[in-house]
Amino acid sequence: MSVIVRTVSRVVAPVALAFGAYVIMHGHLTPGGGFQGGAVVASVVALLVVAFGCERWRKWTHVLLPLEDVGAMAFVILAFLGVGATFFRNVLAGSGGLFGAPVPQLGPNPGALNTAGTLPLMNWAVGFKVIAGLGAVVLLLALFGREDG
Amino acid sequence: MLVHAPILAIAVPLLGAFSLLGVSYINRTLRNVWACLIAAFTSAMAVAVAIRAFTEGVVVYTLGAASPTESVTAGGFPIRIVLAVDGLGAFMGLIAALAGVVAFIYCFQYLREEEGKSLGLSLLLLLWAGILGMVYTGDLFNFFVFLEITSIAACALIGYRVWESRPAEAAFKTMAMYTLGGLLVLIAVGILYGEYDALNIAYLSKAITGSLLDRLALGLLLGGLLMKAGAVPAHMWAPDAYGEAPAMATIVLVANTQAAIYAILRVVFTLFGGALASPGIGWLIASLGIATVLVAVLMAVVQRHLGRLIAYGAVSQLGYMLLAVGVGLVARGGFGEVALTGGIFHMINDAASVGLLFLVVGAVRRAAGSVDLPSLGGLGHTLRWEAGFFLLGALALAGIPPLNGFASKFLIYESTFRASPILAALALLASILLLAVVVRAFQGAFLGPRAREASPAPRGMLVAMGILALVIIVFGLFPGFFIERIVSPAVQAVLTGREAYLAAVLGG
Repeated sequence: MSVIVRTVSRVVAPVALAFGAYVIMHGHLTPGGGFQGGAVVASVVALLVVAFGCERWRKWTHVLLPLEDVGAMAFVILAFLGVGATFFRNVLAGSGGLFGAPVPQLGPNPGALNTAGTLPLMNWAVGFKVIAGLGAVVLLLALFGREDG
Repeated sequence: MLVHAPILAIAVPLLGAFSLLGVSYINRTLRNVWACLIAAFTSAMAVAVAIRAFTEGVVVYTLGAASPTESVTAGGFPIRIVLAVDGLGAFMGLIAALAGVVAFIYCFQYLREEEGKSLGLSLLLLLWAGILGMVYTGDLFNFFVFLEITSIAACALIGYRVWESRPAEAAFKTMAMYTLGGLLVLIAVGILYGEYDALNIAYLSKAITGSLLDRLALGLLLGGLLMKAGAVPAHMWAPDAYGEAPAMATIVLVANTQAAIYAILRVVFTLFGGALASPGIGWLIASLGIATVLVAVLMAVVQRHLGRLIAYGAVSQLGYMLLAVGVGLVARGGFGEVALTGGIFHMINDAASVGLLFLVVGAVRRAAGSVDLPSLGGLGHTLRWEAGFFLLGALALAGIPPLNGFASKFLIYESTFRASPILAALALLASILLLAVVVRAFQGAFLGPRAREASPAPRGMLVAMGILALVIIVFGLFPGFFIERIVSPAVQAVLTGREAYLAAVLGG
């Protein structure tokens, strides 16, 4: 791609990454969550593939595919943590928060970042899975397209 | 741990599906052991759930609550995700467990490493988890999610042989039909959610009034599920899918199709059981059922591909189940109960007989390299066990006494005759035609002079077929015992269990 596209991509990619991370991290407070944020991050992969060509990202498929598995397993394992009471039980509810705000047992959320126990962690697990899964899909489609043409 | 059995039966294969790929990077033997452990544990949990549901009544499991039975929050609103397993769900869980166990025993020697065996095993676990989720969930949206899990895993498995052209086409066709069916279900779920602000099946069942929107939702749900089940006129994906999928996936696909019949029963008798379940819907389902039987059997007559021939047989069996569901709805109680007993019993019989036939077809494809009937012949000289199993499965499929297909089909004929003699006559006629078709297939593939070299199947595959053959014979010899123990609770759950289901989930 032309130098304009490459330069703009260099500027946009970190911003989009940060936005994606924001959407994942605030999934329990604002609209969005693991899937949506992951899709935003995966769009960065698409951007990079378009701007810089897919050949230089080829080895990333070996990172993305296991990462997808790890994300999925992390989600199920987080759900298994609650199995002392019930599956998916929020085991971190009622414990102290990372940024000072305690996690409420039940009821309205004060709106601070770490106030939902295992929910944000599950968002991250889903986020990783979607980043890796969609990213790998984009990358593999680009690579296969090259081989055919 | 048995308290958590319903969710463990879903979550363990799910975790297994994801972890299997990781384990496969380490060592292949370790991966096989891991897959066996997961499969054994999952089926044990399904059996545990079934025992609890048959002895104690509806098993309710609430996700994320302080205790599994706390399904309703303060204020009496069931906002949490629940699993609710009644007799019918438990029975379907048993079918899924049988299909899954057999598929796993079969596939270790059936799949080849270089084809992507790890992915095949992983997808099989995913499909299994989806089926168990569909039959155990008590939440309409989760039902849709599990439906989609099975759709995606099923399509990937159908297209497992990517290096051939036909599996890819079959997978695409199936994907299109499954997606369309899934969308119809999703729209129906959206309508009900918009109307009643709830997704819990028991809560919705209580709230549904029978308005125009409810009727629309019922129509959409039935349409989507009939597509998923492969009823005429939306059956065209099924022969392709069954014919091209690897054999161990096909038997789980059959269980998946039956999960769609389960869902029809659940929707008609539980969800809309209060306001809208009318004989008219029963006649509609029964006529679609008889159409499915006739079209599928007539199409089976002209098939040259052994897999597709059996696949049309499988579709026709599905028509018998739909016929039974329809007759059961036309006459609730009385001969309707007989029809439902036959239909529900036929599900497990069909899983065994059709499953056995597909496993034999898989073994034939592996041994002879082809399933094209004109090029086969005389396989019985070398594949003795396979020939015996094929004949057994074929006779059970056609409903010859004393095999299990006879026991359930006889109940269906008997009750259908009371509802409409013409339907019963057509069903019987189709069964005779089916016998002719499968006998021709047996003769063409296994009898006559030896047409090509073939090597017998390895022992693991024979064991898997043997289990199903045993089920066919035992269920055929002692139908009363099994009807009383496992089928009757499911029938009672359908016909009279709605109040108990609602009370178990909503309390009071």
